[in-house]
Amino acid sequence: MQVSISEIHEIINKEASGDGSLIAALEEIQARYRYLPPEALILASERLGVPLSQTYAVATFYGAFSLEPKGKICIQVCMGTACHVRGSPQLLDRLETQLGIKAGETTRDQLVSLERVNCLGACALGPIVVTDGDYSGQMTLSKVDRLLKSIAKSEAEA
Amino acid sequence: MIRLTIDGEPIEVQEGRTLLEACREHDIPIPTLCYHPALKPYGACRLCVVELDHPSGSSKLVASCVHPCEEGAVVRTNSEAVKRNRRVTAELLLAGAFDAPEIVALAKGLGVEEPRFRMEESESCVLCGLCVRACDEIVGVRAISLIHRGMAKKVATPFEISSATCIGCGTCVLICPTGRLKLSDVTGYRGVHPWDNTFHRLYCRVCDDEDLRETRLQEATDLIADMEASE
Amino acid sequence: MNRLDTIEQFQTWRQTLNGEIDENRRRLLVCDGTGCRALGSRQILLSLQEAIQRAKLDASIEVVGTGCPGFCECGPLITIYPQRVSYQKVTLEDVSEIVAKSLVGDEVIERLLYHDPQTGASIKNEPDLPFYEKQERIVLDFNGRMDPHSLEEYVSLGGFTALAQVLDSMSPDQVIEQIKAAGLRGRGGAGFPTAIKWRLCRDNVLKEGTGYIICNADEGDPGAFMDRSIMEGNPNTVIEGMTIGAYAMGVNQGYVYIRGEYPLAVDTLKDAIRQANEAGFLGEKILGSDFSFHLDIRLGAGAFVCGEETALMASIEGRIGEPRPRPPYPAQEGLWGKPTNINNVKTWATVPIILRKGAAWYAGIGTENSKGTMIFSVVGNINNTGLVEVPMGITLRELVYDIGGGIPNGKALKAVQIGGPSGGCIPAEHLDVPVDYESLKSLGAIMGSGGMVIADEDTCMVDFARYFMAFTQEESCGKCVPCRVGTKAMLNTLERICAGEGQPGDVEYLEELGEEIKRASLCGLGQTAPNPVLSTIRYFRDEYEAHIVDKTCPAKVCKGLITYSVIPENCTGCMVCMRNCPVEAIQGAKQEVHTIDPDKCTRCGMCMSVCKFDAIMVT
Repeated sequence: MQVSISEIHEIINKEASGDGSLIAALEEIQARYRYLPPEALILASERLGVPLSQTYAVATFYGAFSLEPKGKICIQVCMGTACHVRGSPQLLDRLETQLGIKAGETTRDQLVSLERVNCLGACALGPIVVTDGDYSGQMTLSKVDRLLKSIAKSEAEA
Repeated sequence: MIRLTIDGEPIEVQEGRTLLEACREHDIPIPTLCYHPALKPYGACRLCVVELDHPSGSSKLVASCVHPCEEGAVVRTNSEAVKRNRRVTAELLLAGAFDAPEIVALAKGLGVEEPRFRMEESESCVLCGLCVRACDEIVGVRAISLIHRGMAKKVATPFEISSATCIGCGTCVLICPTGRLKLSDVTGYRGVHPWDNTFHRLYCRVCDDEDLRETRLQEATDLIADMEASE
Repeated sequence: MNRLDTIEQFQTWRQTLNGEIDENRRRLLVCDGTGCRALGSRQILLSLQEAIQRAKLDASIEVVGTGCPGFCECGPLITIYPQRVSYQKVTLEDVSEIVAKSLVGDEVIERLLYHDPQTGASIKNEPDLPFYEKQERIVLDFNGRMDPHSLEEYVSLGGFTALAQVLDSMSPDQVIEQIKAAGLRGRGGAGFPTAIKWRLCRDNVLKEGTGYIICNADEGDPGAFMDRSIMEGNPNTVIEGMTIGAYAMGVNQGYVYIRGEYPLAVDTLKDAIRQANEAGFLGEKILGSDFSFHLDIRLGAGAFVCGEETALMASIEGRIGEPRPRPPYPAQEGLWGKPTNINNVKTWATVPIILRKGAAWYAGIGTENSKGTMIFSVVGNINNTGLVEVPMGITLRELVYDIGGGIPNGKALKAVQIGGPSGGCIPAEHLDVPVDYESLKSLGAIMGSGGMVIADEDTCMVDFARYFMAFTQEESCGKCVPCRVGTKAMLNTLERICAGEGQPGDVEYLEELGEEIKRASLCGLGQTAPNPVLSTIRYFRDEYEAHIVDKTCPAKVCKGLITYSVIPENCTGCMVCMRNCPVEAIQGAKQEVHTIDPDKCTRCGMCMSVCKFDAIMVT
């Protein structure tokens, strides 16, 4: 995704004219680009009057922020207790082996990012895998395989 | 004045003092690592814990560097519980910095020779935060910060590249208790490590200061010009 | 709507609303909470609306998306009012049948009713479901009964009458007295008496002239989702509770600090705050009084430690979520150095109910020292996963068996873990203990946020402890040494034990470290992090010993201590396991007994999950 400096400016200006909250500004930039481009951190620091060292600390402290661009598709595995008890570690294992990446990484072709997430609160349906915001409940190893196949297929078609 | 009891002795201190300050005023030894009298207390290393008795008979450990002196408090600085706790903390410090001589000596002083758990690598940095706080509170440039969290936490400049705000003053290096931060002063240049900031060194013909930076020179020139103009 | 300028206007509006409501109107309530949405309830709701329009019933029947009523296990849930017929596990395919039979006609679709797992008998009406029977729904009362986006509906059910009464006739001191008389204790974990906290904050606000209140909605315990459900299902009760609290403490600004992972709760709450501002329940001169209160939302950015109050405040201030030492307590020096009161979602949500129904009524529920009700999310190896609200003092047995419906697949209960990564487990032999703050503490668990995980006989308690330790270790902010390095040392030891590399002395080392970490850590995260380990050692020491001394995992969970093999008598040679093995560890040919190479096998369990003939065993 192309990073637009003027767009980042707009987001930060909106925040600066309100509460001037650094975290809220970064959250919005993260939501827009799915990562925090270095330009965004520098601009936010200047505009909101926060030292860059502080902004960088905030950007690396919180789990919701990423400094690396994310893949086109984001697969999240819920690591909440209920999902854990029902086998989410095996699902994550499987995804890691099949994709050849560890949780928190993105495949080399920038197609898939794999993430562990803390409890999503859909515990009755565990284990949960979320693909680009879509929840799939009661996942199994074979359903994971099918999910990856369908991603590969739709990518080949596109 | 606040009256409290430390190690059985009645003690009077000024209001607003921390337990550690009260102990230092009365020559009661307390080990510290992340504490520095010139900086705001941080309460992170937990070596300075003391036992605070509650009237109900129970007691708790508090970090003396941040805990205020309270009227009537009963404090023990060297009880078994305190010693046991400090030993475990020292052992944990040693786990991550087993080849830092200062930490080895500190642990030895508390009775720990060999940690039962070791990190894979010795990091030397114990995240006491002295450098970060000194850069903020004393120097005022805030070039470095503690980035990431948990085990990944470390001291770094933004983006972990040489910093545009660092002025090469070396305060962080001087205050670092483990020798993790280093200065390299070679002819004509100064480097601050590990973030590899390098500075061109100038020589002041008046005071012989070797570390006058170019920007500082400009500031001084401007200042003199201003003064002359106002006269 | 027009802003309400006086309390009289509010009362008139309320009466008008009540007059408009027909008790016998037909409504179709569809759970639209995160849980049911994950099962496709959104599509069902839209499809029902369309079908009703097509059947030209839209004038007489209203379809309403509600918050979570709690019975997640059986979702998507639909309830038909006024009879309260409860349909469960509804699918898109059922929509046309529901409309044709139960809405056009008056028929009940037997297939969609709840069936008692033991007797098979069906239960038609929602209140008769065993899941709800033993509950005492006070805070969750409106959840699932109304449209969370409708301020009118909240008001018609009695909402904001407590606020009106407070502004009309009570002094701040009187409000605090009521909270004290009710015996309300903080629902966020430690159970500190709410009135004491409020009093302290009020005194300091009077001295300083300003202060803040905060709603801690950074629900991070894995397996706890009641705060989310309240905000999704009944956001106005939180708003009303906070406004009353702000009045009692003399504060004009409040924040809700809510997890970014809860998008639906954030949207619902935002909408409710907007409506409350428009109607005059928030903002300047509330209901025409001299009292003003502004409420804003702050999103958490994914750090569990921000549930700790000093870290939470640092985060609102835009800094990293590192806790700081207390004292000074937030009531003395909180947000931006001003007196601040922080309460959990459930605590705020309870406040209007206490004032509406009376402190004495509330204090009459529960036990001597733990008043009122508690909400638990019951998850794990249990038949009826969901959210339950029960009076304090109920026994764990009632919770697990009567409400929870027992353990699936005829397995035996091993332990109940309460309080998540800060809590502990309670073994099956203590099931008759009454659930309240003190008794749980004496057993080594804590009430915590109310997350309750049921573990059956197949759960390895060492692995369970390792799971929680991995969680807290990952979430440690890293500021203080005992938490940062200590939890790592504990986790490392647990991992060794689970991998079959445990050594004599490991259990004692864990105990020693755990005790010292608890005493030395800076904040609540570190001070409670060892609890899951210490409590499993307390009750399941033999399991630790089995891992360390006998090198076996009795529950057959720990990968380093188990072997997968084929049972020759059962194997039909169908090759399914072979094809599915991700590491090609299975050899064999068609109609020949397969074998598993233990050196190649990664113990992923794939073969076992795909085998249709029970021919794979774990030893």
